Amino acid sequence: MKQPSLAHVLQPKWRTALQRLREERASGGTGKFVLLALVGGAFWAGVFGVLYRILKTLRGVEELGPLIPGKMLGLILLSFISILVLSNVITALSSFFLAKDLDLLVSAPVDWLRLYLAKLGETLLHSSWMVALMIVPILTAYGVVYKGGVLFIVYALLAIVPMLILPAVLGCAVTLVLVNIFPARRTRDLLSIIALGAGGGVILLFRMIRPEQLARPEGFRNLLDFVILLRGPTSPFLPSEWASQAIMGYLRHEFDPLPLMLLWTTAAAFVALGAVLHRALYAQGFTKAQEGAERFIRGGFWRWTIGSVLRFLPVAKREFVLKDVKLFFRDTTQWSQLILLAVLIVVYLFNIQALPLHRGEPVGFFYVNLVSFLNLGLAGFVLASIAARFIFPAVSLEGRQMWLLRSSPLDLRALLWSKYWVGTVPLLVLGLILTGVTNTLLEVSAFMMILSLATMASLTLAISAMALTFGTLYPQFETENAAQIPTSFGGLVFMMATIALLAAVLMLLSRAVYTYVRGTWDGQSVGVTPEMLVWFAVAAALCAAATFVPLRMALRKMETFEF
Amino acid sequence: MIRLENLTKLYGSFVAVDDISLHVPRGVLYGCLGPNGAGKTTTLRMIAGILRPTQGRVLLGGDDVHVNPISAKMRLGFIPDRPFVYDKLTGAEFLRFVAGLYGQEGDTVERRVAELLEVFELTSWKDELVEAYSHGMRQKLIISSALIHRPECIVVDEPMVGLDPKAARLLKDIFRQFVERGGTVMMSTHTLEIAEAMCDQIAIIQHGKIVAAGSVDDVRRQHKAGDASLEELFLKLTGGAKFRELAEVLGK
Repeated sequence: MKQPSLAHVLQPKWRTALQRLREERASGGTGKFVLLALVGGAFWAGVFGVLYRILKTLRGVEELGPLIPGKMLGLILLSFISILVLSNVITALSSFFLAKDLDLLVSAPVDWLRLYLAKLGETLLHSSWMVALMIVPILTAYGVVYKGGVLFIVYALLAIVPMLILPAVLGCAVTLVLVNIFPARRTRDLLSIIALGAGGGVILLFRMIRPEQLARPEGFRNLLDFVILLRGPTSPFLPSEWASQAIMGYLRHEFDPLPLMLLWTTAAAFVALGAVLHRALYAQGFTKAQEGAERFIRGGFWRWTIGSVLRFLPVAKREFVLKDVKLFFRDTTQWSQLILLAVLIVVYLFNIQALPLHRGEPVGFFYVNLVSFLNLGLAGFVLASIAARFIFPAVSLEGRQMWLLRSSPLDLRALLWSKYWVGTVPLLVLGLILTGVTNTLLEVSAFMMILSLATMASLTLAISAMALTFGTLYPQFETENAAQIPTSFGGLVFMMATIALLAAVLMLLSRAVYTYVRGTWDGQSVGVTPEMLVWFAVAAALCAAATFVPLRMALRKMETFEF
Repeated sequence: MIRLENLTKLYGSFVAVDDISLHVPRGVLYGCLGPNGAGKTTTLRMIAGILRPTQGRVLLGGDDVHVNPISAKMRLGFIPDRPFVYDKLTGAEFLRFVAGLYGQEGDTVERRVAELLEVFELTSWKDELVEAYSHGMRQKLIISSALIHRPECIVVDEPMVGLDPKAARLLKDIFRQFVERGGTVMMSTHTLEIAEAMCDQIAIIQHGKIVAAGSVDDVRRQHKAGDASLEELFLKLTGGAKFRELAEVLGK
């Protein structure tokens, strides 16, 4: 029998993608596209600009100048490869074992090699597109600084493509072996915890070694050792090193075909070995993947704890809150993000504590207040990111069960109310702790402490409302993975709107804070003046409006949902 | 109990439901029949308050589903054709959650949960997450959830899909008893034998319109079909009789 072509096997995927594009265009998606292009372009320009300056400066430095860019590229590509292996392992689990099209493909007379190549391609595309886009401005900066010319684009592609294939094959192979050991659903849980734990660990480690110390002049005392370290390859057996050697060789006009040959032959060998492994283990793994995760849940921990605390609520609201809490803590892809969150908060507080504000020198009163004030914006941004992760997807995650909620007598206001408070209460506690602890570390005055806490509370209420509303205005009902929802267009719009709100509130409060700091600096005892009260009132009104108007919009939008 | 007045639903320019009016009194099991894409599911989802009609209205026990949704929906139990439930809740937790949506809690609900799980043979699965349930078990769980608050009317889309013969028989008995006690059931089905055996009245829907309505005998009389089976009558009314020769379709 003639086997269908790879393109044919992948047809449903690319046809779906094309149809989505058409639907976007039909529903007036041009504005959306322009906004995405603008944000993406600005990001690219930023990365390019920073790297361009660094490379340009380094080119002018003797001895170290020619060595560091190569080393830097090697490190960047190494970090990309590490990310790629992790993301390929997770993506491979969906594309090889959990995807909805697998029943059709596995039952059709499609041979194992085509299935492997099609799914490998799909995994590679899904897990590598973001890294591939990140590489573009980086290599452009290298190409421009070293005058690589137009042919550099082709050469860079030749070096990067096999570097993307290798982690994809490796990721698929790791997943294949894991699924043969554990059931697929358990593997997914295991992987999300390992991936996030590893990510968190790396961030924590990186912060704790205090890289800012490297910038001190005494860090360069042992220059010779440093140069020797830079001359040697970091990891001669890693494809990132080959890719960086190939690219730097081309840019320095020292053409050496070996790194490229190493990349391509290893990639080909990996694909062949991956295919052999797939042939041997896939059928058994696919069968194991069909097994449900048998999990008996006895007892009623949440009912006894949260259920008892919420006794005062009407039963529908209480059951809804309980349901949301249970779903969150039983979904590993959701709660495991808390690991990363905890790490980020530790790093955040560590950074504040590491600020050289109280180091024996006369305390910079002005700086303490400035940092405390600007910290409001930063903490607000952290809270917005958390809201994007946990509150923004709340309505989208109800999509498949909306038949039940809409056909029951549950008032949509109660639904919205539950979603809002389930997200807001933890966020509020976190926001207040973050601000309180930071201000205690900074040893700020009572005025700044009260102002910060009140502002943070008002901002949190508004940020939650906006997250819920933008999640309702741009729902993703078809997405099964909650972690993908915040990266959608609506998530981007929410983050932009929140940044605008933070900027507006800080601007409004800055006059009041300035009056206070100035007065205290001049040695006067400053109380709350009528002018300050006006600024506080306007800021509070803005936060209130940013809370209630969005929630009303969300309610109206929900009333129009049809399923 | 269920009254549809000039119910119309448009998706863009496509007319999914076209000016349907009907009345299903208490104590009647009403069947909606029709080919795929005829508008049955859209009609049932409008009755359940999930879809908003473009025109017309739905009354449940006198309350408009879209004007007084809370009081109308208190009377209703809805069973969809696709059993999507929260995967990370156990069967018992899901039933308690649904009871909560109808404002019910306490020992009465616990007894009702135990009773329904027992009837649908899900007791040994009650503490297991729904993600481990089979399609049929999920369907049984959803049917239980539609009954948990003792509704006055049940709207059900393709009730027998995914059920084993024993559960299908159980469901028929439940619906019959429910109707005999004054309840109302409106269901859509493709299984004409079930419709003929169970339904007091039927409506055959095609292209969003009712092309025939009444008891099976009434429909036979209206269309001068003599002793024709419901299947023959259905094919006659929906144009399905124009099938090509079976041999031609299946190949030689």
